[in-house]
Amino acid sequence: MNPLEQHLTDLRAGGRKLLVPYITGGYPENWTELVGGLAEAGADAIEIGIPFSDPVMDGPTIQESSSKALDAGVTPQEVLAALSQLDVDVPLIAMTYYNICFQMGHENFAKELAKAGVTGTILPDLSLEESHEWTKQANARDIDSILLAAPTSSDERLKQIVQASQGFVYSVGLVGTTGERSELAQSAMDIARRVKSSTDKPVLVGVGISSPEQAQEVCEVADGVIVGSAVIRRILDTGSIDGAIEFVADIRKALD
Amino acid sequence: MTSSGNLSNPVDGRFGEFGGRFVPETLVPACMELEDAFNEAWADPSFRSEFEALLSNYGGRPSEITECYSLSEELGLRLLLKREDLNHTGSHKINNVLGQTLLAKRMGKKRIVAETGAGQHGVATATAAAYFGLECVVYMGEVDIERQALNVFRMELLGAEVRPAVSGSKTLKDAVNEAMRDWVGSVETTYYCLGSCMGPHPYPHMVREFHSVIGNEASAQCKQLLGGDPDYVVACVGGGSNAIGIFSGFVGTDAQLVGVEPEGGAAIGSGEPGVVHGSKSFLMQDAAGQVLEAHSVSAGLDYPGVGPEHAYLAESGQAKYESVNDTEVLAAFERLAQTEGIIPALEPAHGLAWIIRQAEELKGQTVLLNLSGRGDKDVAQVQAIKAGDPQALATMRK
Ligand SMILES: Cc1ncc(COP(=O)(O)O)c(C=O)c1O
Repeated sequence: MNPLEQHLTDLRAGGRKLLVPYITGGYPENWTELVGGLAEAGADAIEIGIPFSDPVMDGPTIQESSSKALDAGVTPQEVLAALSQLDVDVPLIAMTYYNICFQMGHENFAKELAKAGVTGTILPDLSLEESHEWTKQANARDIDSILLAAPTSSDERLKQIVQASQGFVYSVGLVGTTGERSELAQSAMDIARRVKSSTDKPVLVGVGISSPEQAQEVCEVADGVIVGSAVIRRILDTGSIDGAIEFVADIRKALD
Repeated sequence: MTSSGNLSNPVDGRFGEFGGRFVPETLVPACMELEDAFNEAWADPSFRSEFEALLSNYGGRPSEITECYSLSEELGLRLLLKREDLNHTGSHKINNVLGQTLLAKRMGKKRIVAETGAGQHGVATATAAAYFGLECVVYMGEVDIERQALNVFRMELLGAEVRPAVSGSKTLKDAVNEAMRDWVGSVETTYYCLGSCMGPHPYPHMVREFHSVIGNEASAQCKQLLGGDPDYVVACVGGGSNAIGIFSGFVGTDAQLVGVEPEGGAAIGSGEPGVVHGSKSFLMQDAAGQVLEAHSVSAGLDYPGVGPEHAYLAESGQAKYESVNDTEVLAAFERLAQTEGIIPALEPAHGLAWIIRQAEELKGQTVLLNLSGRGDKDVAQVQAIKAGDPQALATMRK
């Protein structure tokens, strides 16, 4: 077992529900302070987006933070270099699209991630069938390759996905792109149940989780949640990272 | 399953190293379902005959081959045009759309989404949706909505909803992003009618098969007219669907296949292998892998990527890819109008521009150009460019 999965499994064994907020590398300017702030607010791991020009899995909120970061000239190398300077005691997970990994080269990308202290990756457009080569390179550096399970996946596919996914299983809470929703989708509970019943790996639900109440509700079944757009929107609205940190602290409270 | 032209089928969804299925898990089952549905339909004689009947009695096929007597004489070569501009809705796009909507109907889908650049694929999709009684939403970049206003109105007349893509370069690439995001959220009820031989497997293969009618007809027509194959087969390349359609009738023959890209959107000419919109192919991108914005006078070719089978044909040397600039294209556009009485779309004017530039090298040769569409949609834009309108000039390559 790689360090990320070990960490999450240990926390779960202690009765803790897992909380993984997403932020966009390079946005806002003081985003590295946000990393420390979220760790203090009770994040169990932090997903760092490396912005990509064409994020097809993302709704308007994360599209906006990504394009703001890109407009400011942020590169993957800069995001990773900044992470390597940080001293945080929660695991970091890189979330980006496959072309960023492909351009750097699998081996090199794994090496750079390891240097930056990253212990997991989420590449939403790298499907199970396309993921094997990357997973091999990631594992050579003790990095977990986290795969997506979707409400549209058949039972047969879910079985293969949970077997191949490492660190945890990213269970997509709804049929759609990232973004806030006023209600917890029925599909979030359904996918959590389906995935939980097919694996002992940690099962986290992401996409659409928008409030402490929704996080609490889905964690009746799931081992944890990933919260992205709801965090980013608070920064976009106020230009400050404080509201986002408070929000994550509120979710922590609701889950404990 | 056999291929209906001379090109081979993909192996595991790939043409050599290119292609694949790089989409979020949410869409993978839909791609698999589509692959099965397509394979099954394409092997079913009743689907084939329904498709062929539609292509002829609704689409207006077969399309003629026209001999360009005056321009041939001026250029010192023999120029033939495959007249896809004479199809219903004015371009080759209708072939693919009739195939895909027939398939969507067979799969029980009630809603169709599509992306469009020049609006020709959008118009074709809106047309087929009206014909089959399907709900239709077309995503189109804001810049393209401006420069192809006529086609926006046509789509609306046909009952489709046109939604602007407002991110990035606000052109075809961004329209594809929006259509894919729509599909990510609607995949259980919606059919995504992709407009070129790109995207995740099985689209590149399926779109090629639906367009192989162009190459099959042209091959037979050339045998009649020339007693054999032409020396050159030339087509413009955006995503590459009209080119793959005509190439499929000639690959493996002595004909030299030439794909012509716009200089500001030359994925093969100036790109590197990369992955976007579901497949691995050549891509205009920066060193980090961020996709670059294309710039072309022609909305239909204003795209930084290219279908994966073209990447394969380029790498394996079975076809060559050239590029031309916007000024050459505008000159070719007017020249065909004035010498042959045919106003081409700006997209196939790229193919003609290359032929004109290479006339010396092509002397005495027989050259078949796929005239993929008619120019009605471009007349207002060209008029504005000629009048020096700054907004119209801004659509040209920077
Ligand atoms: C007339 C015409 N030709 C060509 C194209 C480019 O597409 P493709 O490269 O897929 O043939 C378009 C796209 O809008 C078009 O309208």
